Amino acid sequence: MAWTRQILRVNLTNGTCTPEPLNMQWAFDYLGSRGLASKYLVEEIDPRVDPLSPANKLIMSTGPLTGTMASTGGRYTVVTKGPLTGAIACSNSGGFFGAEMKFAGWDMLIFEGRSPKPVYLYLENDRAELRDAAHLWGKSTWHTEETIKSQHQDPQIRISSIGPAGENQVLYACIVNDLHRAAGRSGVGAVMGSKNLKAVAIRGTKGFGGIRDFPEFLKVTTEKKQILADNAVTGQGLPKYGTQVLMNVINEIGALPTRNHRDVQFEEAGKISGEAMHEPRASDGKPQLVTNAACFGCTIACGRISKIDETHFSVVNKPEYWGASGGLEYEAAWALGAANGVGDLEALQYANLVCNETGMDPISFGATVGAAMELYELGILTDAQIGIAAPFGSAQTLVTLAEMTAKGEGFGRELGQGSKRLCTKFGRPDLSMTVKGQEFPAYDSRGIQGMGLAYATSNRGACHLRGYTVASEVLGIPFKTDPLVTEGKAGLVKAFQDATSVFDASGLCIFTSFAWGLADIQPQIQAACEGDWSLDRLNLVGERIWNMEKQFNLAAGLTKKDDDLPPRLKTEPAKTGPAKGLVNGLDVMLPEYYELRGWDAQGVPRPETLSRLGL
Amino acid sequence: MQKSLSIDPVKCTGCLQCEMACSYTHTQSINPSKSRIKVFSFEHEGRKVPYTCTQCSDAWCMHACPVDAIKLDAATGAKVVLEATCVGCKVCTIACPFGTINYMSDLGKVQKCDLCDGDPACAKACPTAAITYVDADWTGLERMRVWAQRANAAAL
Repeated sequence: MAWTRQILRVNLTNGTCTPEPLNMQWAFDYLGSRGLASKYLVEEIDPRVDPLSPANKLIMSTGPLTGTMASTGGRYTVVTKGPLTGAIACSNSGGFFGAEMKFAGWDMLIFEGRSPKPVYLYLENDRAELRDAAHLWGKSTWHTEETIKSQHQDPQIRISSIGPAGENQVLYACIVNDLHRAAGRSGVGAVMGSKNLKAVAIRGTKGFGGIRDFPEFLKVTTEKKQILADNAVTGQGLPKYGTQVLMNVINEIGALPTRNHRDVQFEEAGKISGEAMHEPRASDGKPQLVTNAACFGCTIACGRISKIDETHFSVVNKPEYWGASGGLEYEAAWALGAANGVGDLEALQYANLVCNETGMDPISFGATVGAAMELYELGILTDAQIGIAAPFGSAQTLVTLAEMTAKGEGFGRELGQGSKRLCTKFGRPDLSMTVKGQEFPAYDSRGIQGMGLAYATSNRGACHLRGYTVASEVLGIPFKTDPLVTEGKAGLVKAFQDATSVFDASGLCIFTSFAWGLADIQPQIQAACEGDWSLDRLNLVGERIWNMEKQFNLAAGLTKKDDDLPPRLKTEPAKTGPAKGLVNGLDVMLPEYYELRGWDAQGVPRPETLSRLGL
Repeated sequence: MQKSLSIDPVKCTGCLQCEMACSYTHTQSINPSKSRIKVFSFEHEGRKVPYTCTQCSDAWCMHACPVDAIKLDAATGAKVVLEATCVGCKVCTIACPFGTINYMSDLGKVQKCDLCDGDPACAKACPTAAITYVDADWTGLERMRVWAQRANAAAL
């Protein structure tokens, strides 16, 4: 119950699609989605494989609460070995694709090998076919969705696809579903591209009836939805401003990384904030924001749907961009904006649209542009090399580089490799604002100390979605801690990481955790799933998932030196704001964290830890 | 008092809780493909619009049915398909101007909104009150209230 108990194995080399039963022992040990897909990956691939080789696998997985009326129960996760980091990559996405997979009768899809030519998987309930995608190759994710729907004469198909960025193996290419949602980080789209898999198109009409106790499930999910509705963040802030509610807040506390982390406050933050998206524009009298939107089953509805200013330089004579579309979300607005010193809201939305349609992670793309702009200002990169002047703050440059990177043109090829490879190539690896090769998201760890540890120890490289201690350190959820100190942060980070693993494995959205704790999702899982799902067991599942990912990374060749921050964050103090004078205290927090995790001084899980977790 | 479903698309976020609730109520399974209310997404305009049967007084589907398989539920005003009687001829689906009665190939029958015997699951499940179940004679009441408030504010 709560699993369909069926997975589909797609061998792209041989062109075969083979159903097999879900390993239920693994489902009981790893729950679903992130946890279960990672277990399959760990069991099935050599951790040392080249991520872009046929020996790597790409797994798409739902969780037990995906495709149910539990609020936000629509998520699916993509797990593979990541080309940007060489670590385990795990990106989840909302939209409607995950629920459709469940309704078609599948918990998980495993893609292996490499197709000799571009294909897409068409999945209609039990019917699975690999179809020719020659006519889709080179096309945007938007065009791909439209074409597949019209070709099958079925507007109700749900689709995940890659754009040109994934095909060109931009190392931070993402997989886009339902036009505006994405499994965004760590380059999962590049892996899909390396397999010549353009898209997965699903139509599910079987539905899902596998809920252990339906009356109880309806009762408890209804109660828990009320908690989300009554909460200031999930009931008001997120629906009204989306994640962009954070832009001014994070800037004020001096933790908005600006100009490749040279600064921690952006003087134009207000112009690119959630509030600014509500303000009528001078040109047409309309605000950029059209409406908020929900993913499947979500009663928060934080998604932003906006219309770009038709008179903006980026879209003049490009009516294909004038319709309503996804964005801006906070991370994208930050990475395309503050990280480059660009304060032009419309330019950010255009760059964001380019990322959506071509399938690029706007966080890594924007942050890589930030690194390039710093190299340019230092005179290391020139106009001739880049093909355009690239000073911080240039909206024109941002827009041009977005187009070039997606198409793999000129200097765009360098940008498509991410900031670590870019900065290393030009002799300044220290200027790459990354962990394990993945670019930071929108929180400066000098102003939010716990995030430094969360970034350094995140199993998929720098990331805010593996242990979002911002909730505690800034928003006071579930309790307030001081963002400027390192004391207590090791325990806080561990607790957030383990709990987040469970949220991700359940099929729910981590944004519910602004209002819910594990104790709120436990009864929902218990009502849906067979077996005894106590809070203790869920805590153990979360810790098990974390340690399993860590084990994979160690086997892939990562070491303690990969659990580190760039020197800038540890040696260059914040220049302004409440954190003025502070650097990140990672070196204080890390040993305590390893100890709390039951790992040795090198960050290797001790035998007794592994045995306690059943690993 | 007879009631009717009232839909305010501006409030709809497209979460599909209504489709899940409808399908569960009628099939004991979560299956939006079996929902009798559908949410349409107009991507270019950024709008979501739930749509279902309006329960016409002089219902085309009811008149068209050659075997009298569609009956009026006098208590709710719903036009209800009697599954045991329906022969799956689909004439009602042709007669309905709005497309809100549809043939289900797996059942060999048609299905449409039956107002859940007067307690519609979609309205209960909607988190934003985009779908409400209101006095059938006063479906415009809320809109009137909004305009009355505006008129009053202008007068102040």
